[in-house]
Amino acid sequence: MRLLIVEDDAEAAAYLVKAFREAGHVADHAADGLQGYAMAEGGAYDVLVVDRMLPRLDGLSLIRSLREQNDATPALILSALAQVDDRVKGLRAGGDDYLPKPYAFSELLARVEVLSRRRAAPASEPTTYRVGDLVLDRLAHRVTRGDSEIPLQPREFRLLEYLMKHAGQVVTRTMLLENVWDYHFDPQTNVIDVHVSRLRSKVDKGFEHPMIHTIRGAGYMVRDTTR
Amino acid sequence: MTRPADIVSPGSGAPQAPRRKQRFLPNLFRTTAFKLTAIYLVIFALFAGFVLGYVAWNAKRLLDDQIRSTIDAEIQGLAEQQRLGGIRRLVNIIERRSRAPGASLYLVTTPVGERLAGNVEALQPGALDLPGESEIEYSRSSDALDSPSRAIVRVFVLPAGFRLLVGRDLEERDRLGVVIRRAAGWSLLLVFVLGCFASWFVARRVLKRIDDMTDTAQTIMAGDLKGRLAISGTGDELDRLALNLNAMLDRIGELMSGMQEVSDNIAHDLKTPLTRLRNRAEEALRTAQSPDELRGALDASIDEADNLIRVFNALLMIARLETGRINDSMAELDLSEVVSGLAELYDPLAEEAGLEIVTEVTPDLRVLGNRELIGQALANLIDNALKYGKPTGDAAPVVRVAAGVVGQQIELSVTDNGPGIPEADRGRVLERFVRLDQSRSKPGFGLGLSLAAGVVRLHGGQIRLEDNAPGLRVVMLLPEAPPKPVETAGEGALPASTAQTNPAGLQSA
Repeated sequence: MRLLIVEDDAEAAAYLVKAFREAGHVADHAADGLQGYAMAEGGAYDVLVVDRMLPRLDGLSLIRSLREQNDATPALILSALAQVDDRVKGLRAGGDDYLPKPYAFSELLARVEVLSRRRAAPASEPTTYRVGDLVLDRLAHRVTRGDSEIPLQPREFRLLEYLMKHAGQVVTRTMLLENVWDYHFDPQTNVIDVHVSRLRSKVDKGFEHPMIHTIRGAGYMVRDTTR
Repeated sequence: MTRPADIVSPGSGAPQAPRRKQRFLPNLFRTTAFKLTAIYLVIFALFAGFVLGYVAWNAKRLLDDQIRSTIDAEIQGLAEQQRLGGIRRLVNIIERRSRAPGASLYLVTTPVGERLAGNVEALQPGALDLPGESEIEYSRSSDALDSPSRAIVRVFVLPAGFRLLVGRDLEERDRLGVVIRRAAGWSLLLVFVLGCFASWFVARRVLKRIDDMTDTAQTIMAGDLKGRLAISGTGDELDRLALNLNAMLDRIGELMSGMQEVSDNIAHDLKTPLTRLRNRAEEALRTAQSPDELRGALDASIDEADNLIRVFNALLMIARLETGRINDSMAELDLSEVVSGLAELYDPLAEEAGLEIVTEVTPDLRVLGNRELIGQALANLIDNALKYGKPTGDAAPVVRVAAGVVGQQIELSVTDNGPGIPEADRGRVLERFVRLDQSRSKPGFGLGLSLAAGVVRLHGGQIRLEDNAPGLRVVMLLPEAPPKPVETAGEGALPASTAQTNPAGLQSA
């Protein structure tokens, strides 16, 4: 994956470039908004990571300008502003995701990988997700593993659906809270863990190979370990 | 009292004193009191002048009338004498009357103008040619011709062309006029002097009080926040102004001490985890033998840092709520969906804690608000109930989450059967960083309730802590969204299913 990091703080940028490279991605760095715009314009990147406050051209204007050029490269906005409606403004400007500073790198990485995958994915969602012997039928609202059907509550179904949609990718707790429950606030406690462990007890209990894996310090991942 | 000017510019005390004296006079002309007094003074002087003028004019008219009737009466009498006794008799009578002290003016002439009798020596030329009444100049004796007197006279033409002039000197009347004019002058002068004095006195009084206020304000600005304006006790406008300013200062003082308290709290509550973080890192550096031990210490440090970030976020959010400027992100939202969703989110957590969440939600409750903020507030309440609401006695281990319409408002409540909060502490726990002793052992920062209170205030609602006997009932009252006339679905009203196609969740705007 090719990434462009538009960040004016040299130290933070160097850290991000290094960390993304260690995670196996190609990361370039632009130090201000105009340079970022010039580099992103060709569409050579899979994902843009844009700081909101930048010299010469601020992050939101950068993304807005790209969108006006019909450039749909997924963009994630990093922001040190903690305003309540900050995220909404970022998304309205054409950003695809939003992460307030300070953030955990694992969170950023997971979100960027999901964004890049979304770009590569076909326009229409498949009606069935399949990971190993675990099958989720989105139309029939049925989950089967091998020959047995797994009965799930509606919310558990949506949780598994999101995990399977991003199979092979790390999905953080915040991403689950945002996408499965549509909440964008701090739930104070490990609510998501409890939900995942319930789901896990239904999906993985009694099977030799677990499907739902905990990624330490990051989140969860659905993955077929038999292959 | 310390003069503020000394505080403002230390070391320049000496030139201050003359400046203070100097500034009084120029300032006097600028004061409202002076201007008002000057206006009153002018009006009063005009009025007094008018009254005196009227009196003088009336007095003159009265005297003139009197003179005229005296003259008329004398002429009639003399004409009668002439008719009875001829001109000789008239001349005799006039000779006699002319010599009497304080006599009127008399003159009898032949038809050609020769003087026959009378006490008038000289007349202004042509005076005798005008029959009837006129005001003329005359002299009684030939040696006073240079300084003629004034008189009202009447000329009567007798049969055979003789002319009779009778008049009264006007000296008396003119003297009265002088007296009245002098009196008027003196009164006006008196009015002016007294008025000036009064204006100076009033202005000085008012000025002094205002100067005192200015001085007090300056000491307060210089840092003496305890200073208050003096109240004279008369209840006048200045007193009312001072009372209001004092009330304002009290309010500012409260806010300031609140801020002070908050920053003290922040210092304390953030220093503790920061110290822990630092100690942990230091200890790991000192004692860790293996990479695994170092990794463990780093993990723990990151957790500690994450906690700190959460406290910061909560604090920033509360601060943002208190400035009350997020109207942009207000939209009509389905509160019932938020409440049910949150109850469901926390349900497994409750189960782990040995509690049960029971919901009583009226469907389709509409509120104008920020979905995330209301969700956060309610999440905090549910989280608190799960943490502290475990029954100690034999009450049912139930946390009740309810939402319904009460009057014009929407009531949202979270009720537990736990130990509750003593009444004395209920107001206090809404403040930042306040944690009751019983809860110190549990994780948390004491920000949940204050954040909820901030959210409710921002939405124009109220938050109440009630006794559930046993347990705590936290009630949030929110105004119901006004019924919308047309289906103007904002971003907040998009169906939840869009979450699939829009993972970023724009619909929660």
